[in-house]
Amino acid sequence: MDWRQLWEICSAPDNVPIVGLIPLLIFYIYLAWKQAHANDVLIEQLEADPAMAKTHHRKTWPFKPGWQKEVHVWPFLLRIEFLAAIIVTIILMVWSITLNAPLEEPANPNLTMNPAKAPWYFLGLQEMLVYFDPWIAGVVMPTMIIIGLMVIPYIDTNPLGSGYYTWKQRKFSIGTFLFGFVILWVAMIIIGTFIRGPGWQWFWPGQTWDHNRLIYEVNRDLPDIFGITSNLGKGIFGAIIVGGFYLLGGGAVYSLFRRKMPKDFQRMSLLQFSLMAFLWLTMVALPLKMALRLLWHIKYVWITPWFNI
Amino acid sequence: MPDENKNGDNGSSSTSSNGKNGSKVGVLEKVTTTVKEDIQSLKTDIPAKAKQQVEGLKDPTKTQVYTSIFRHKHDDTPRNRALGVLSNVFLHLHPAKINRDAVRYSYTWGMGGITFYLFIILTYTGVLLMFYYHPSKVQAFRDVLYLEHDVPFGKILRNMHRWAAHLMVIGVWLHMFRVFLTGSYKKPREFNWNIGVLLLVFTLLLSFTGYLLPDDQLGFWAVTVGTNMARATPLLGHEGPFGPQLGMTPYNDVRFGLLGGSIVDANALLRSYIWHCIGIPIVASVLMIVHFWRVRKDGGISGPAPVVLQEEADKPRRGPKAAGE
Repeated sequence: MDWRQLWEICSAPDNVPIVGLIPLLIFYIYLAWKQAHANDVLIEQLEADPAMAKTHHRKTWPFKPGWQKEVHVWPFLLRIEFLAAIIVTIILMVWSITLNAPLEEPANPNLTMNPAKAPWYFLGLQEMLVYFDPWIAGVVMPTMIIIGLMVIPYIDTNPLGSGYYTWKQRKFSIGTFLFGFVILWVAMIIIGTFIRGPGWQWFWPGQTWDHNRLIYEVNRDLPDIFGITSNLGKGIFGAIIVGGFYLLGGGAVYSLFRRKMPKDFQRMSLLQFSLMAFLWLTMVALPLKMALRLLWHIKYVWITPWFNI
Repeated sequence: MPDENKNGDNGSSSTSSNGKNGSKVGVLEKVTTTVKEDIQSLKTDIPAKAKQQVEGLKDPTKTQVYTSIFRHKHDDTPRNRALGVLSNVFLHLHPAKINRDAVRYSYTWGMGGITFYLFIILTYTGVLLMFYYHPSKVQAFRDVLYLEHDVPFGKILRNMHRWAAHLMVIGVWLHMFRVFLTGSYKKPREFNWNIGVLLLVFTLLLSFTGYLLPDDQLGFWAVTVGTNMARATPLLGHEGPFGPQLGMTPYNDVRFGLLGGSIVDANALLRSYIWHCIGIPIVASVLMIVHFWRVRKDGGISGPAPVVLQEEADKPRRGPKAAGE
């Protein structure tokens, strides 16, 4: 266990935000879960008792008849904003006094940094470069993430859970978002920061970074395992695999929605459903490809003269 | 006629103007009486006015200057509390009143506001940094050294800019996370969610373009790694699918356009600087204006709203009003 190495990584000034992000995220997930749980309990109670549903004010916070439903922004909100601004300023000042912004040697194109890392918030994308070619990891995936985020309001037809925390009313959408944000985005950043060392090789936390380590990985392509040698054969084989993934996956999502979420399925138009299924499957394809690479050393599944996937 | 003229000169208020020895005596008399009157007035009126002035200053809120700045009274009445928010250009983003539970920290986490506050800090520290920074290969790195070692408070200025930028990225993520978890992107806020996604992208781009500016190894290689991906853009990059077939080379593809060259060099530094300090902040500010405006126009912050039950959602659309609300 190389504690010094671990400390050097954790205390690198630009890594401190990530070290801070982890407890922050845990705290806010807990805060959200606590409220979602309380609301879910209340919803269950109200659904079991229609009389109570008619009289209850439907929040987990107390409310008594005669209390004002609204409060003045001045001072009740503005004092909180003022306080928040002061607290943020204090945190920032203390942080800036105690920790210096990094400054390395002057830029030198002839001296490559190893590892050369992107800014920490893009490390998820850089980590994807291991599993995908740059045009997917660096261009297509970010574009899909942005488009995927933007279409969320238009493909999520569930009218429930607007304006309050809940889990039971929105299991699929919240599960998907948690998976995409916490597991894929944040976890990949953590891998990229704490685990990837020189040569972008995998070093467990505490393992010494060995700049001379060589790994003789034998990565194979999926068509090779099946003994396909011709270019045309590889192209067709890959197209069948990738197309089959989307078709079978689409079928699985269809089946899941029709059985488990019939109401959501009924509300969705064909376009909404197919868009959702496509984006969802693309997101799931990322960890699948990671597993193929890490567990079976498979590099590409679809090989063509122009691009490889 | 000349008499009348001179009388007129000395003031027509005096009644003893026409002396028998001619007009000269009349003028002298008039002058002396006038002066006497003035002296008398100085003795009585000025103290009175001074007293009035002092009395007036005892309540500055009644002065013309004050009332011209503050358009309403400040006694503790509901009306004045509302006006305090509504008649102030900086506060009027807020409604006069909000949902009593909306001020609870546990619902909003305050992340949107904190992000905006960090943007203001970044603008402020950023402008100060611009006074000391030249976006040229010769000077950029030296300017940062100068900032760190010679400029008074230069080091803390740079540190604050850096850490506020990182905090802003985290703040934007957490804000989006909260908005998703509370379903706040649902009808009628779909469009504002989209503006928010764009703001997220621009926040990351702002941070990324700033990364290169110290012109050190860290920024140089981070931006090299980042922009190398643009080589592989499908159709538009010289290493991307179908790029070479469309005639893309390192000297005319999308990466060339981003860097102003085929490597990260002086032009890339200048482009980075201009996007960082001018281009993206303007676009982001415009989007922020729209974002805040739409928060209000779409009905204020989304909650905490009363919970809606499954069977109510199944019925034809009707406002989910609970009995207590």
